[in-house]
Amino acid sequence: MEDEQEKVVIHGLVCPRPLTHYETVLLGHGSGGKMTRDLIEGTFYPPFENPALMRGDDAAVVAQPEPGRLAISTDSHIVSPLFFPGGDIGHLAVCGTVNDLAMVGARPLWITASFILEEGLPLVILEHVTASMKEAAGEAGVDIIAGDTKVAERGKADGMFISTTGVGWVPSDRAVSGANAQPGDVVLLSGPIGDHGIAVLAARGELAFETALESDIAPLNDLVEKMFDSCSSIHVLRDPTRGGLATALNEIACQSGVAIQLDEEKIPVRPSVAAACELLGFDPLYVANEGKLVAMVPAEDAETILQAMRSAPYGEEACRIGEVEAEPSGKVLMRTAIGGTRVVDMLSGEMLPRIC
Amino acid sequence: MRYVTEYRDAGLVRGVLDEIHSTVTKPWVMMEICGGQTHAIMRHGIDQLLPSQIELVHGPGCPVCVTPLELIDKAIAIASQPEVIFTSYGDMLRVPGSGTDLFSVRAAGGDVRVVYSPLDAVKIARDNPDREVVFFAIGFETTAPPNAMSVVQAQAMGLQNYTILVSHVRVPPAIHAILGAPHNRVQGFLAAGHVCAVMGYWEYKPIAEQYGVPIVVTGFEPLDIVRGILHVLKLLEGGRAVAENAYSRAVTFEGNQPAQQLIDRVLEPCDRKWRGIGVIPESGWRLRREYADFDAETRFGVEEIRPQESPLCIAGQILQGLKKPYDCSAFQVQCTPENPLGATMVSAEGACAAYYRYGHRVSEG
Repeated sequence: MEDEQEKVVIHGLVCPRPLTHYETVLLGHGSGGKMTRDLIEGTFYPPFENPALMRGDDAAVVAQPEPGRLAISTDSHIVSPLFFPGGDIGHLAVCGTVNDLAMVGARPLWITASFILEEGLPLVILEHVTASMKEAAGEAGVDIIAGDTKVAERGKADGMFISTTGVGWVPSDRAVSGANAQPGDVVLLSGPIGDHGIAVLAARGELAFETALESDIAPLNDLVEKMFDSCSSIHVLRDPTRGGLATALNEIACQSGVAIQLDEEKIPVRPSVAAACELLGFDPLYVANEGKLVAMVPAEDAETILQAMRSAPYGEEACRIGEVEAEPSGKVLMRTAIGGTRVVDMLSGEMLPRIC
Repeated sequence: MRYVTEYRDAGLVRGVLDEIHSTVTKPWVMMEICGGQTHAIMRHGIDQLLPSQIELVHGPGCPVCVTPLELIDKAIAIASQPEVIFTSYGDMLRVPGSGTDLFSVRAAGGDVRVVYSPLDAVKIARDNPDREVVFFAIGFETTAPPNAMSVVQAQAMGLQNYTILVSHVRVPPAIHAILGAPHNRVQGFLAAGHVCAVMGYWEYKPIAEQYGVPIVVTGFEPLDIVRGILHVLKLLEGGRAVAENAYSRAVTFEGNQPAQQLIDRVLEPCDRKWRGIGVIPESGWRLRREYADFDAETRFGVEEIRPQESPLCIAGQILQGLKKPYDCSAFQVQCTPENPLGATMVSAEGACAAYYRYGHRVSEG
């Protein structure tokens, strides 16, 4: 060996070739130079492959689908841990934006995604997340047509943050808004509440118990299409994410200037979610969902729409949970199981586990 | 959920309510000691279903609410120190001290963590030997055993970096203070089931006899609460001043003996200041001298902090059952859960927070 080394003749200075494959995200991946290019072509193009993205221009150029109105929504995603039972931040980024578009009656078409990556993030994690985004986008029928990557110094981002913007097309016969609830409307809910919040909490490993519960994360645009196919008279759609059902309904009550009257007994909560909430002192009404929607529809169409929901994906457990009334305006009330009535207020601040 | 769903059965609750309606013959004032019961009453709308003759007043049994302001300021002073990991039950984080709260300390760079048990704080101390880990040991008799256990465990593990900031309070001296007050209106008590699960209810027998008031150990589900109310009502109507148990699935007369022995080993009675009420003799526990090394107040030298309360807040009178949240000029105006003037608006068990969350808009509407 030593003999061979001695025979090596060096002709001037040799610059070592830079590494071309890294195991982790480095600051250089956000430089805009060659490493950024490699990351885009190696990690983002393969899963997201579509003509508008692969053209590689500064902006994606797409054809307007049909004349009419566009819906645009933007959202940032921060979740700890990045992976939780039932999904990860990639599913969250796509489904969150798809669902926001669907909640105004839009058919989601395109998504853009901006990644803020923490220096040192294993690339395999990023690849796992982009694969999840591909899966969710495929299910929702949307293309991820533009994106951006920046790298934050180690310790300055929690693994990764993703911001997404979505564009959807709104058919002309749809008039959905949180301001459209009418007295007499029936309130429909697509399934049991609180799964996502409790699943993420359990995945953090802070709870002294384990649960087989999975996040309900899902794209709801197909469910919404099935609902509109059955009846176009839907007044309000909303996905009760952070802040839970109680906060979503309070927002609608204020926007529409109506009262919402709920029946405690009719609001579905899985036993594992109910038990976790009992232990922690949480109210499931305030726990986050990522694959549920609440709808306000005219009473005469409620049964038709409910049946359509039940035969659609993610709507199998849909049910009636209450109705819209004129007074007291801006308030959400609940008939308790034992026959009392109470106010369901908005969540104030962060939800905190109780002392005892 | 077994053992929960059964106690929320609407038919059974209505049956007991009917019996309450047919039993009552004159006005009575009852106090539920525990803030958990206050919230259950508001959350399930039990107060609206009672006959008008029965008035429920809300007791001082919210550990977050009665923790004195200086202790919160001490917690904030300790949590702000760079070497400290400050651990607490979640609902203490938003309680305002005289200047700021623990959430703001965290936002300013302090290492403040929510734990679900003090034993988790001991684990954090074990895993961070170069940091000082402090647990905010507040609460009634319910949380005293785990808090005492954390000290015993830390000692057994030889941990030098674990201390607790103690502000324990006890129910029986508070009942003495309420019944001995000149303007007392309370004629019967629903005693706190969780406290009695630890302590039993032998301590309440002499109180019931001394003041001539019935005291009934009561649980937290709607059926438990209406049964407790019916039980107190029957004792009141029958003129019997005794301590009895309506929560026998969790509580015995003697209570949990090993837990009481653990408390007695680590903690000793002391005079304690209650937020909004003042000092009640022998109403608290502090660490025994043998465990002085685990006392955060001495380790961090914060014994001398003495702050002032908001002059508007009437939490003290509310906690003694003398006033209701509606009587406060600041309620819903200057004082809301987002901007609380006193702890009764912060805690999930605070009477003001319960009225704000579940009650006030119904009455407006």
